[in-house]
Parts: sequence; C-alpha cells; structure tokens
Amino acid sequence: MIKYDVLIIGGGVTGAAIARELSQYKLTVGLLEKEEELAFGVSKSNSGIIHPGTQNPPDSLKGRLCVEGNRLVREICKELGVHFKEVGELIVAFNDEETSRLLKLKEEGELLGVPDLKIVDSHWLRKNEPNLNDKAVAALYAPTAGIISPYRLVYDLAENAAKNGVEFHISAKAETIAYSPDEEHRFIVNTPKGAFNARYIINAAGLFADNVSKMVGVDDFTIHPRKGEEFLLDKKREHITKHLLFPLPTKTSKGILVIKTADGNPMIGPTAEDVDDKDDLSTSNEGLAKVLEGVKKMLPTVNENDIIAYFAGLRPASGHDFIIRHEDKVPGFVNVVGIQSPGLTSAPAIALMVLDILKNNGLPLKKKFVFHKHRRRSEHLFEDPVSRIKNLIDMDAAYGDIICRCEMVSEKEVSDAIDRGATTLDGIKFRTRAQAGRCHGGFCTTRLMKILAEKTGKPLTSVTKRGCGSEIVKKDRVDG
Amino acid sequence: MKNQLTCIECPAGCAISVTIENGKVVKVEGNKCAKGEAYAITEIENPVRILTSTVLTKDMPLKMVPVKTSAPIPKGRMFEAMEEVKRVRVSGPLKVGETIIPDIAGTGVALVATRELTKS
Amino acid sequence: MVERDLVIVGGGPAGMAAAVSAYENGVKDILLLERDQHLGGILNQCIHPGFGIDYFNEILTGPEYADRFIKKTESIPQIDVSLQSFAVHLENDKTLTYIKPGKLEIVRPKTIIMATGCRERTREMIHIPGTRPSGVFPAGLAQKLINIEGLLPGKDAVIVGSGDIGLIMARRFLLEGARVKAVIEIQKETRGLKRNVVQCVEDFGTPLYYGHKVSDIYGKDRVEKIRVVKVDENFADVPGSEFEIECDTVLISVGLIPENELIEMAGVAVDKSTNSPVSEELNKTSIPGLFVCGNSYKVYDIVDSVSRDSVIAGRLAAEYLKGLK
Repeated sequence: MIKYDVLIIGGGVTGAAIARELSQYKLTVGLLEKEEELAFGVSKSNSGIIHPGTQNPPDSLKGRLCVEGNRLVREICKELGVHFKEVGELIVAFNDEETSRLLKLKEEGELLGVPDLKIVDSHWLRKNEPNLNDKAVAALYAPTAGIISPYRLVYDLAENAAKNGVEFHISAKAETIAYSPDEEHRFIVNTPKGAFNARYIINAAGLFADNVSKMVGVDDFTIHPRKGEEFLLDKKREHITKHLLFPLPTKTSKGILVIKTADGNPMIGPTAEDVDDKDDLSTSNEGLAKVLEGVKKMLPTVNENDIIAYFAGLRPASGHDFIIRHEDKVPGFVNVVGIQSPGLTSAPAIALMVLDILKNNGLPLKKKFVFHKHRRRSEHLFEDPVSRIKNLIDMDAAYGDIICRCEMVSEKEVSDAIDRGATTLDGIKFRTRAQAGRCHGGFCTTRLMKILAEKTGKPLTSVTKRGCGSEIVKKDRVDG
Repeated sequence: MKNQLTCIECPAGCAISVTIENGKVVKVEGNKCAKGEAYAITEIENPVRILTSTVLTKDMPLKMVPVKTSAPIPKGRMFEAMEEVKRVRVSGPLKVGETIIPDIAGTGVALVATRELTKS
Repeated sequence: MVERDLVIVGGGPAGMAAAVSAYENGVKDILLLERDQHLGGILNQCIHPGFGIDYFNEILTGPEYADRFIKKTESIPQIDVSLQSFAVHLENDKTLTYIKPGKLEIVRPKTIIMATGCRERTREMIHIPGTRPSGVFPAGLAQKLINIEGLLPGKDAVIVGSGDIGLIMARRFLLEGARVKAVIEIQKETRGLKRNVVQCVEDFGTPLYYGHKVSDIYGKDRVEKIRVVKVDENFADVPGSEFEIECDTVLISVGLIPENELIEMAGVAVDKSTNSPVSEELNKTSIPGLFVCGNSYKVYDIVDSVSRDSVIAGRLAAEYLKGLK
C-alpha cells in the first residue's frame, strides 16, 4: 500500500494549491482525483476572476482569505508563469439608493483591508468604460481585481507540485475511508486505483466533500450545489469592456456580471440556482434569458449573436462561508469545504491556513533543502506578438504548424499540453484553447485526436472528450 | 396510375408527374429537360443510384481514398455493394477514375477511385 | 518582407479558380496559401456526386471536381503553392503574415484575394439547451471523421437541420451501418437541395420532421437522448407536442457562415448579420485591391457558382494590377 504523510482528496484549485504549498516541506504527499484529469470538477467552470475582497462580510473567513489570496496569487503566478492581468472591477450603481449601498461596500471592503477602493462618478465611467449603460450614476472601483485562467492555474500548480514530489492519482475516487486512531498512518482510503494509507487527510472534494466527510463520521454539514450558467462571447468582442463589471450583490450571489477572461473572450453570467443533482451541468433557455436581461442593464450593446459557447458549473455551497477546520473527533482529518466564490482567489491563502492547521495538530513542517519554485511558462501563440512567434518557430518548427485556426494553437502547444499531462480533448482545450473558439473544434478535432492517440499509444476509438464514457467515435474502419 | 417524383439529376429538383400503366411509364410531365424524362422512367421501372464511399488504404499517406460506382447501380444493391467497399484495401498509387473493384456486387459496374492516391 | 503581385489565401475551389484566372489574365507572380496539407479545401471530404453539372457539364464527386483544378493549378509554374501555410495577420495595406512549420513570413502583395471559405454554424449559435456530452458534432466534422479519417462517430444519429451537409450525412451514416433516427428541421421545408431530400432521406425511409426543433440534449458523458418539440409559425413551442428520441449522436447542420476574421482585422467592413464583406460589386470590398471570393464572399449553394464567380475575382485582381502600372 502506498503511504503518505498527507493525502489530499480533490484535484481542484484548492487541492492543487495545498499540494504545491506542502511540496516545499519534507513530507510525502499524495492527491486523489476522481475524474480523468484535474480541474474537471468545480474549477473547470470557474469564471477566472481574482477578486479584490469586496462583497464579503468584514468578519467572514472568506473575506479575509480573499484579500490575502489576491496578494499571494500574484507571486505564485510569477513563479509558475501563469498569466495574471490586473484589470480592476466596477460595482455599478444606477440610483441613489444603490450608491449608498456602494458606500457601505467600500467601508466593509476597507475593514477587510482591500486596498485602493474608490467611488467613481458618472463622468469617470463615461470616460473609462464607454460601453457601460449611461444611466449608471456611480461605481465602486476596485483596482486590484484581476483575471486568470482558472484551469491553467490548477494545472500549473499541480505540475510544480509534482516536480517537487507530490504524487497525483487520477480516476481515483475515494470510496471508503477506514480510520485506526492508534496507527501512525491512521487512514486507509480505498479507491478504484487501490488503497492509500495516510497520516493526515485533507478533504478538498468540492461538491462531494460532504460524502467524503461522512466516511469518517463527520456529517454536520451538507454541500448544496448552486448552479451557474455562463455564456462566452467571441474573442472579437474582447474590448467590449475595460473592467470587470458587477451589479450590486444579492443575498446569494454577486449577480450577473460582465467578465473579462484571461483568454480574451468576454463572458456573461452566471445565474445562481440551487439544484439537487451534483451532476446537473445542463444549461437552459431561462438561464440565457436571465443572463441577457441582467447584462443588458449594464451593457446595452451586448449582442446575442456574439455568444459562441455556454456552460454550467456548480458552486459547492455550504452555508454562507468557507468551512476550514481540523475535525478534533477524527484527529488528522482536515475539512476544506464549502469553497465557493471567492475560492479561486482564496486558494493560496487557504493553503497557508491548512498548513497551520496541520502544524498545530502534530505534523512537523521542515523545509526541503531544494524546492523548485519556478516552472517554465507554457507558450500560447495567441498571447504573443509576431516577433515572439517568429522566435518560437525558429526554435521549434512545430510552433508554425497551426492546428486550431480560430484560437491559433500550434502542434507544439498541443504536444506540450499532452506531455504535461493532458489525456483528453477537454484537457487539451483547457490548457491550450484548441476547440474553444467560434467553430467549436469543427476543423481541429480530427488532428487533435490523432496527436493524442499517437502520443499516448492508444487507438483513435479510445480518445475521449473528458474521460471514460465520453469517447468521440464509436468505430474505426480499420477494425472491420 | 400517376406518381409524383422529384428529379435528382441536377440541383433544380423539378417536380415530375409520371403516368404508369402495367409498371411501364407512358407519360412524363413537369420536367424541364430530357434528363428529367430519362430519370423518371428509370426511377419507376428500375431505380438506380451512384454509390459513393471510401476505401481503406494500406501504407499510404491518405488513410481513406474516396470511390464511386462508375455508373448508377440498382438502389436495392447499395448495402450489398457497401459490404465489398468495406472489405477492400488498396495499397498502390491510384489515378482518378482507376478501377478498384471491376464488378461490384454482381452489378457489372466498376468501383473507381475519385481522388489521386500517391506515395508522397 | 517579400513583395508579390498577388497573394491568394485559400487553396479550395475558390482560391484555385481565382489563381488560374488571374494567371490567364496576365498575372505572373502568384502566391497561393493553403493551410491544409493538400489543395482542394472542403471538396476533399465531399465524396458524394453532384458537382460540376454547370461548370464542366458532367456529374462529378467533390474530389474529382477538386482534382481538375488541382491539376490545372499545379501545371502553372507562376502559381507558387505554399501548403500548411496559415495566415495569421492582415493589415489594411495588405501586408500579410503567415506561418508554416518552421517559418514565419511577412509578405507585401500588390493585390490580395481572400478565398477562406466558410465555417459551420454551431449548436451554440442556435442555443440548444441541455448538457454538453460527447456526441454532438457539426455535420461537417462528422463528414470529415467518416470520409477522411475512416471513423464512425456514432451508431444512432439524429440530424438537426436539413442543410445539404446534414442530408448527405444522413445517407452516409446509413451506408456505414449506423442508424439515423430522424432529421429535425425547424422550417416548413428543407434548407437543402430537393434532390438530397429524395436520395439521402426518402430513399432510406428516414423520418424527416419539418416545423420541429430540438429543445434539449441529455446525457452526461455521451449523448443519451434528445427532446423534440413542434413549433408554430412564430417558432414558438406547441405545448403538448414534445417527444423524445434515444440516440448517441446529434449532427448539427444549420447553415454556414463566411470566414472573414482576417479582413475584419484589416479594417474591411463586414456585415454583422451575414459575416460577408460589405460590397457594392461582386468580390470587391471596402479596401481597393483586396478581393474576397467564394464562400467567404457569400455562402453559395453549389461549387460551380463558386468557380464561376472566383474566375471573376482573378480577373479583377489582374485588372487592378494593370491599373497600378
């Protein structure tokens, strides 16, 4: 049986951030992910906003971790070569009542330590956000808001953690956990990939964290999936806004937003709807109508025809705040659950908090002699100026072999993604953007399938969209 | 007896009315050209179609080479012909129009390549 | 930077016809860029017959039609064909950047013809709600999988939209041994050619539902079923008319859109609804000397008309060059 000091359950951004943080210490660390690739759960539908910390109650855990995470994530991005853009956000008010709520948000934000908040007037808005509805009277401007690719952050954190010794096990769903308090490695986690023995368990299982927690008898919380439908616009509309645009928040969500994304395509949404089924990722006509109605209040010029893609994600909500704690009645078991928004921003701060919890509960943390802090940045031609593309092609001819024409992704980028761990077409898409553009893979799918099959030595019929059961084709003529 | 057909000879898709007596066509109306009349008669008396498909290659840069029957074959023989198409493999270079199966499914019609196949 | 008299982007039927015509009208320095490994464009996967009746007065398949132009193009040494060459950037002075394996080139043509073809409208553009499992294909991708790669995408298919590609794929699926459960068309009649309804759908007894739409797609990893609803004259759902069809594959064939992102980048006016260049005269754009032909100019029903009009684009480019001297 494989033995670990710490076993993390869940390969989303929370699990990956914790894994990377732990990887600088003299520990054996493993991570279990039930899907075929990391970031295929809650994280894949994340909108990629690095929140400044506003819209959180001043006494909340998530507020404190968000502000700290916003600061920490910048350093991590530099170390890992992840593209972080500080674009700033505007929370927009349309009347005096809303403006007074802005003042309250500003006050609360300042209590949390959100830097540089300022109320801007309609004149400022006209000048700095020209497509915004001219009925807007004021906004709370938070310049420290940024954007990032949520899945690339997960993959890059994980890649760096792996380089520093963390072992990742995919398609390894935790099915049962046996607990023997008298043993040093007191937990045995059974999965389809075998059993794993651990001294400490960190439950970062997202939507399924309540199921995992129940396996050790801790059942005082429930994860309620809250669905969000999001709609992506064509990259041609990249500059429709300069900032992230928010309405005033409601009790359950931040409202319908206009989101700039790290890849250029603006995104509108999300809805917020409590659902029962943790697998329900369907989108609806009602969702689209709600998003369009909401977004047109802020951006009247949004055109439905510019929508090129849509998807739904589920937030793993449990009450109003994060739950991050050591379960004293099951020593060694740490719950990191209910990590809904602003979970992506908070992840680096959550990781530090988890480290403290482990230390306070008997795990000695000694720094390794060598910690590989840096990771070679993945190249993305779509981010690069012509001169850089030329250098890359001179260096490696395969950068000149374009596979995805809508998003300009080369053979080299696809091969790299596979070398760095992609095993499915969605995995390639999340890492490179191939198939994510306006033609939805109409032109590039066959080439991607061939590269993936060739590099992994598997038949074309075994290539999947997102893991077993989602094979792309049913039959190859070669097989008769 | 009268029968209504849509001519498939060209993109115009003329609506043709056919009068049939004892299984034979005696009158064709609605067609705009001679091809339409010929189509109507064949379609009633012995319907035929050109079959197009692809054939597997061996050790060639293209995995599949497109093919067609060099003349229309009886509609009822299409699936039988497909069985032969799926079985055959070509390995040599081919020119457009070159025969792959001389007599497909006993129709007396050849299956020919519709794309050039070269080694490079 | 390389100077050229004429650069043509796209080596499908439009680009080749324009290249040959430009040569015949006196242009002797032509660079033809094709992003695939072969000339011929989408015709290579259109293995069905029905091409060439107007242009060659013969019934040809797509690859045969392409072959005629490929032979002609390759026989003219003044047409410099560059394969696997992908245009990435176009400026309003026609400076074009393209890349190919191992090379980035910047070329400055005196005149340019864009023959970049079209792409398929997607499920996302018609907003079909539901899940996003594997098994939902643009019909053209399914065509490529079967005809070029020899791969069968599914065993029980439903086709959304009665465009020609969808109708042709209905027959193709059946001949390959798959089942076609239905063709669903929201309009009251086909969007494709009537002859394709006859020989691809009616010949095989495939149910074709006019005035219906797909209202939901189900399935977690792979398509499991779809929901269909009848619509009235205003395309509103008719209550109580819903039914479900079990299937593992949904092909989307709901029209084509000209690919004009490059000329848009160069500042050419492009119509927001059709994605065609705003144009007062065939093949011309708002930038003099920058021509667009074939399906990137407008979506044609048949390739014969593409060839006919692209010949004119070649001549226009030649005339433009003469005017410069």
